[in-house]
Amino acid sequence: MRIEGKGRVDVSAPVKFSFDGQGYTGFKGDTLASALLASGVKLVGRSFKYHRPRGVLTAGSEEPNAMVEIGRGAAQVPNVRATVQEIYAGLDAYSQNRMGPLAYDLLSVNDLFPNFLSAGFYYKTFMWPRAFWEKLYEPVIRRAAGLGSLSGKHNPDHYEKAFAHCDILVIGSGPTGLMAALTAALGGADVILCEESNEFGGRLLSEDEEIDGQPGAEWVASMLDALRDTGRVRLMSRTTVTGAYDQGTYGALERVGLHVNGPAELPKECFWRINARQAVLAAGALERPLAFPMNDRPGIMMASAVRSYLHRYGVAAGRKVTLFATNDDAHRTALDLMANGVEIAGVVDARPDAKAQGDYPLFAEAEVITTKGRKALTEITIRHNGSEQKIATDCLAMSGGWNPTLHMTCHMNSRPVWNEGIAGFVPADDAVPGLIPAGACKGTYSTAGCLAEGVEAAKQALSALGGKLPEVDIPQASDAVGGSKPLWLVNGKGRAWLDFANDVTSKDIKLAAQEAFTSVEHMKRYTTQGMAPDQGKNSNIGALAILADATGRAIPETGTTTYRPPFVPTSIAALGAGAQGKGFAPERFTTSHDASIERGAPMITAGLWYRPSYFPRPGETTWRQSCDREVTMTRNAVGICDVSTLGKIDIQGPDAGAFLDFVYTNMFSTLKVGRVRYGLMLREDGHVMDDGTTARLGETHYVMTTTTAAAGEVMKHLDFVQQCLRPDLNVRFISVTEQWAQFSVVGPKSRDLLNGLLDAPIDNDSFPYMGCGEVSVMGVKGRLFRISFSGEHAYEIAVPSRYGEALYRQLVTQAETLGGGAYGMEALNVMRIEKGFITHSEIDGRVVPFDIRMDRMVSAKKMCIGKPATLREGLKETDRPQLVGLKPVGAVKELTAGARLFSAGADAVRVNVEGYTTSVGFSPSLGHFIGLGFLKDGPNRMGEVVKMVDHVRNVETTVEVCSPVFLDPEGEKLRG
Amino acid sequence: MVKLLAKSPVEGLVPLEINGLTLTESGPGPITSVAPYAGQEAAASGALKALIGAEMPSPNRSTGREGARVVWTGAGQAMVIGADVDPSLAQHAALTDQSDAWITFKLQGQGVEDVLARLTPLDLNPGVFKTGHAARSQLGHMNAVFLKVAADAFESMIFRSMARTAVHEFEIAMKAVAARAALS
Repeated sequence: MRIEGKGRVDVSAPVKFSFDGQGYTGFKGDTLASALLASGVKLVGRSFKYHRPRGVLTAGSEEPNAMVEIGRGAAQVPNVRATVQEIYAGLDAYSQNRMGPLAYDLLSVNDLFPNFLSAGFYYKTFMWPRAFWEKLYEPVIRRAAGLGSLSGKHNPDHYEKAFAHCDILVIGSGPTGLMAALTAALGGADVILCEESNEFGGRLLSEDEEIDGQPGAEWVASMLDALRDTGRVRLMSRTTVTGAYDQGTYGALERVGLHVNGPAELPKECFWRINARQAVLAAGALERPLAFPMNDRPGIMMASAVRSYLHRYGVAAGRKVTLFATNDDAHRTALDLMANGVEIAGVVDARPDAKAQGDYPLFAEAEVITTKGRKALTEITIRHNGSEQKIATDCLAMSGGWNPTLHMTCHMNSRPVWNEGIAGFVPADDAVPGLIPAGACKGTYSTAGCLAEGVEAAKQALSALGGKLPEVDIPQASDAVGGSKPLWLVNGKGRAWLDFANDVTSKDIKLAAQEAFTSVEHMKRYTTQGMAPDQGKNSNIGALAILADATGRAIPETGTTTYRPPFVPTSIAALGAGAQGKGFAPERFTTSHDASIERGAPMITAGLWYRPSYFPRPGETTWRQSCDREVTMTRNAVGICDVSTLGKIDIQGPDAGAFLDFVYTNMFSTLKVGRVRYGLMLREDGHVMDDGTTARLGETHYVMTTTTAAAGEVMKHLDFVQQCLRPDLNVRFISVTEQWAQFSVVGPKSRDLLNGLLDAPIDNDSFPYMGCGEVSVMGVKGRLFRISFSGEHAYEIAVPSRYGEALYRQLVTQAETLGGGAYGMEALNVMRIEKGFITHSEIDGRVVPFDIRMDRMVSAKKMCIGKPATLREGLKETDRPQLVGLKPVGAVKELTAGARLFSAGADAVRVNVEGYTTSVGFSPSLGHFIGLGFLKDGPNRMGEVVKMVDHVRNVETTVEVCSPVFLDPEGEKLRG
Repeated sequence: MVKLLAKSPVEGLVPLEINGLTLTESGPGPITSVAPYAGQEAAASGALKALIGAEMPSPNRSTGREGARVVWTGAGQAMVIGADVDPSLAQHAALTDQSDAWITFKLQGQGVEDVLARLTPLDLNPGVFKTGHAARSQLGHMNAVFLKVAADAFESMIFRSMARTAVHEFEIAMKAVAARAALS
């Protein structure tokens, strides 16, 4: 029921929305909850387990009952709290966790058998027969018990992540937060003020209260002006700080586009990482529900929420309201409602000394012992002066006092401390470094106290930053603290709910204690109390108090469970924002990318790089046809391949040679200028890390190449070696991978092709095998290396990347006129297997130089990284699997990589494994499959026939062990 | 004879203008990394000052001006941007041509920090990161060099191969910021 003239909603701006398909109208500024209450809708959902009718309990993010689904289809979002969701034109909300219509939920039959569904029921009942669990019990239970549902489709909505930085972060914008923010800003600090709601002001917007003689809301407005005037405060509304992390980092979830029908580019939410040098926690307090029998009916609400709906949204939560309280603070609810013409049917106060603060019937030393009303509250029964009395009512406002919202102070494993004075937990001292709790979250409940503590906390933060301390006047406000008496459980017939969201009652807690789950952490897991979306915000303290009573311990002795981030439910979409689709990882494109795509090449990824797999030509229907043709074409004429993705590191300095000698197993200080050498690099444990060629461009100038996969790792390794192992060496290096576009020109016609493009022709004397030097290619200064990964007469030509595409197109065009063309990764792989050249398929991190038959490359004349480790026992034993070539025996049969090798007569079982295959391919040059692999004592088993079994792909064949070099073992082509 | 034509990896993708913010490719001219050898730091800085009028910057800073800037890019390393470096400097420092390794974006306009806040964890508050300040950080998942070149303009250097991804990320962030601005 809307009360005219009350509330902060904009009655000139009606907003149409729908709930469960039915149209409603609210006002701009309404939450879904306030708009539904205003329309008289009390039943908004069904409970988790018993499917009991539930209504709105709170007016904040702690709401356990009023959870709805927003939207339909791919972007459907479940478990949205109606108390947080603002309405907008076209909002489409649905109740959840029901079977059939909300008012006639078929699963509410569960409520008739509560004894069967008590804590531990599933654990005890569905144990047998075992196989039934997955197939029958679990699906049925999941169907019945649960929260909202997901669409199962890809979410097209945009979410974002962002970073923010400040001197002082203020969390919460009630009286404490506003004063803290102003003080901090006046002290010269850059401030971020985060407020969970759409409006700043906290409880001041929900109470009838004056500060400095002004109504609270007006004071808030003037404070916001003052904050803006400082030019130092960033105001972030709709932003909930979700967690405190190391070194002043805070997570925060901002609702950016959830309250509007925005464009696709508008993020729904933003997950902020805020880096703050100091922070003030002014998160306030959450009102404590009372555990009395049948306390979960729609219409039973928190007293503070009833006042929020009245003052903030102009909504009376009932027509005939009753109150059940343990403190003076809650009596305000009766006064405020009466002042606005709402009937108060009675105030039930558990305290013997309770006094009426106005003209309403007060029942002191009384308790609510049961309630009535199937879909909404109609009546309560109270126990007063030894007799029972029924009172007709459609709204019962309850208050058991307040719990400080100290969650954030526990995010680094601090435990809160029991404060007997307020019968509540308060933050421990210095719980999170740099986070200063103040106001209600610290147990200070009067407005005057909060204002003063806000100033004090900000000054403490300013002092820590070494800033000046400003003079700040503390405004006049009420110093009433509300005086509360704890009441943990009203004894009586019927269930008393603690955790509304997970349907956990006081009986469940007692049962847990009875069944020896007496630790609060065990009780939590046994009953699931505190494990619902509200994470026990409404129930934790009540539950542990009952557990304490049931186990005969004091509350502080019983302790709390662990408060963990996030403080509010946080969508995975927000946490993972930016990683959808192409945002997952950068795409690295070579300069020849577009040219390769134009030629129809399917691209494959190598790390982040995209490389062409093969270049299909008309008539070729399989990749093998293209690959075979590319190999043959390259071996007979000339092939072109972009090899820019290999790591290139420019190394300079007087000690460059010595540095290379230290990181490579072989010698580089003796390499002649203008020459290239193959090098092997080990990890400190003696295993092969990477390989590649390094060219000496000048006396003190080398350029190293790495494999594509290990480029980053090798760079990191070199940095480590220089900074930590050999700081004595005067050497400098930098990656030039991106600077040079580099292309392989491979085959007997490679030199002819190059001489058509180079400004000065080359010959075998100017560029012999393993020669290198500067060249001029079509007017551009480039580099030429005569190196080969195919066994052919081959070169790699490099030009600055801006010319890469142009050169690649030239090279391919020229190659095609010579009977050659572009080749891709498949052909590259076949050609290197034909020559027995290794890649990371072979040097997979588990092999030492001996295994790849390169132990003689570990120079005896010098020390290098990994050398001592290669001498360890067992690393040069002949029964280690060593590199061999493999070819099929008899007719062409398929070889597969990753298969196991066995002696011909042995069973193909684990204990008989003698090796494995690493690389295979069809060699068009030889006309059959070939492979590389590792075999125990391999070099001494040439010609032996062994068994290859691929248990995964179900392939079994016999292969002959041979040299890994299948083609041109003398290397005549290389030098031609 | 045919000449090789130079091509930018973001040809056709920039300039972008969204809500008053512009993303352009800065053509800063040559880029040369300068890494002074052990004990040669002062000599290299002096020689550089004599050659181009700007010395070696301290960490997270730059020296010089557009057309002859020296930007700190890491421990013992800076990049000379916009001016050629005389080979004589090589007696004091390792010089490496980096002109084609990076693509330099310039993002300019009111609220430029809001866009960058979606892309990098750096604190770019005007009181903290001032014109002439430089930093090595990440842009999305990419390694980047950031340089503040004016009160409302930043340059970001990204590896050339990732240029398209960088434009994509800039565009998403720019559009999101624009969509937020349209809310209020």
